[in-house]
Order: sequence, then C-alpha cells, then structure tokens
Amino acid sequence: MTDGSPAARVEGLGSAHTGTSHFFRQRVTAVALIPLAIWFAVSAFRLIGADRDAALAFLHAPINAILMALFVIAAVVHMALGLQMVIEDYAHGEGGKLVLLVLNKFFAWLVGAACVFALLKIAV
Amino acid sequence: MPEQAKSAKQRPLSPHMQIYRWPVTMATSIIHRATGMALSVGTLLVAWWLIAAAMGDAQYDLFSMVARSPLGQLVLFGFVWSLAYHLLNGIRHLAWDVGYGFAVPTATRTGVLVFTLSIFVAIAVFVYAYAAKGVHL
Repeated sequence: MTDGSPAARVEGLGSAHTGTSHFFRQRVTAVALIPLAIWFAVSAFRLIGADRDAALAFLHAPINAILMALFVIAAVVHMALGLQMVIEDYAHGEGGKLVLLVLNKFFAWLVGAACVFALLKIAV
Repeated sequence: MPEQAKSAKQRPLSPHMQIYRWPVTMATSIIHRATGMALSVGTLLVAWWLIAAAMGDAQYDLFSMVARSPLGQLVLFGFVWSLAYHLLNGIRHLAWDVGYGFAVPTATRTGVLVFTLSIFVAIAVFVYAYAAKGVHL
C-alpha cells in the first residue's frame, strides 16, 4: 500500500492507460502560460510597427530569447494536449482517430521546432 | 413490437440545438474549445513571425505587409480576442480545478465577466494600437 487509495492499486490506469498524466500536464502548461502569454502579448504589442532590426534586437537579448522559447514550447505542448481532446471527442473511427492523433503530435513538434530553430538562429 | 419502436422514435431529443436555450456555462465551455482551436492556427502566425525575423528583411517586410492588410488585421483581432478569452477563461477553469466558483450562479457570473472582459481587452488593444502607435490599415 503506497497511499492507501484504491486508485493506487488500479493496474490499467483507466481507459486511456495513462492515468491523470494528460489532465496534469494540461494544467501545468496552463499555469506556465498565464505569465508567458501575457509577456508574449505585451512584447508583441511593443513591436507593432517596428522594423526587423527592432525585432531582432529584442529577440537577441538572452532573457527574451529564453522566455520566447519557453512560451512557444509551453504553447505547443498545451496545444497538442487540447487538440488531442478535441480529436478524441469528435473522431469516432479508431483508424482515423489514430491518424489524427499522430498528425496532431507531428504538427505540435513541427511548429515548436520551427520556432525554436528561428529563435536560435537569431539569438546565437 | 411496432408500438414500442414507434414511441422510441418519437422521444424528444435533448438538447435539441435549434430550440435549446444555451446556459452561459455551456456557451463559455464551447467558446473555450473554439478559441483553443483558433489559437492552434495562431501558433502558425507566431512561427511565421519568428521565421520571417530569422530569414531576412524581405521576409519580415512581407509578414508586416500581410499583418497590416485589412484581412491580416481581422485575423489578428480574432487572435487577440481568442488569446484574451482563452487566458481569462483558463484562469476560471483553474479556479474550478482547485474547488472555487462551482456554484451555478457564480459560474454564470464569472462566465459573463470573462466573456465581457475578453471583448473589452481585444478592443482596447486595437484602439490603443491605432491611437498610440499610429498604426493604419
């Protein structure tokens, strides 16, 4: 007995076999995104009308590069988790659902990798 | 038994989308999902902006030109409102997760508050951008 709860003895971890991992990761990224999204919105707003040099100067600063990378990563992880729920709710055929779930992961990784690569190219 | 089959067929559908009056909490829930999906498309805009900045002046100018166009402004307004709504309503969801605000009158009140605030924030951002930044279409 670890925590004495019946849940601790459940072997299959529910119908998705992942327990509360999805729920928990969605909340953790949500909490992280509150300050990060506000920071992103304010930063993007301040660059309205500015030319590329101003944007580069902003993204070249280590603190901004790091925060932007964290924002993008938290956002695409949160996005993948959210879209996964949408697919699981609305896609009924098992085959089509599996394809969509995989494409969903690919999309999140692609967007995340492209953003991080651009940030590294600017900052390094 | 045909009679039973007939009565089963005539059962009322609930909720019937055309006649069902949406409670506030139902509307805020579906809008949360819709804005989340819109923000997924929005990540492509963020990616485009960052990649354009990394690539060169011509690419950045193209991004700026599209963003400044009427269609670009409309899309950006949708992005800003979606972000404002999803962020504010997300905080509402997190409050529920730790056990606050579950009473129906409270959830309805916070739902109206979040929706109203999100519209206000989106409009304020654009009014401020046009007025203080001198941005024009």
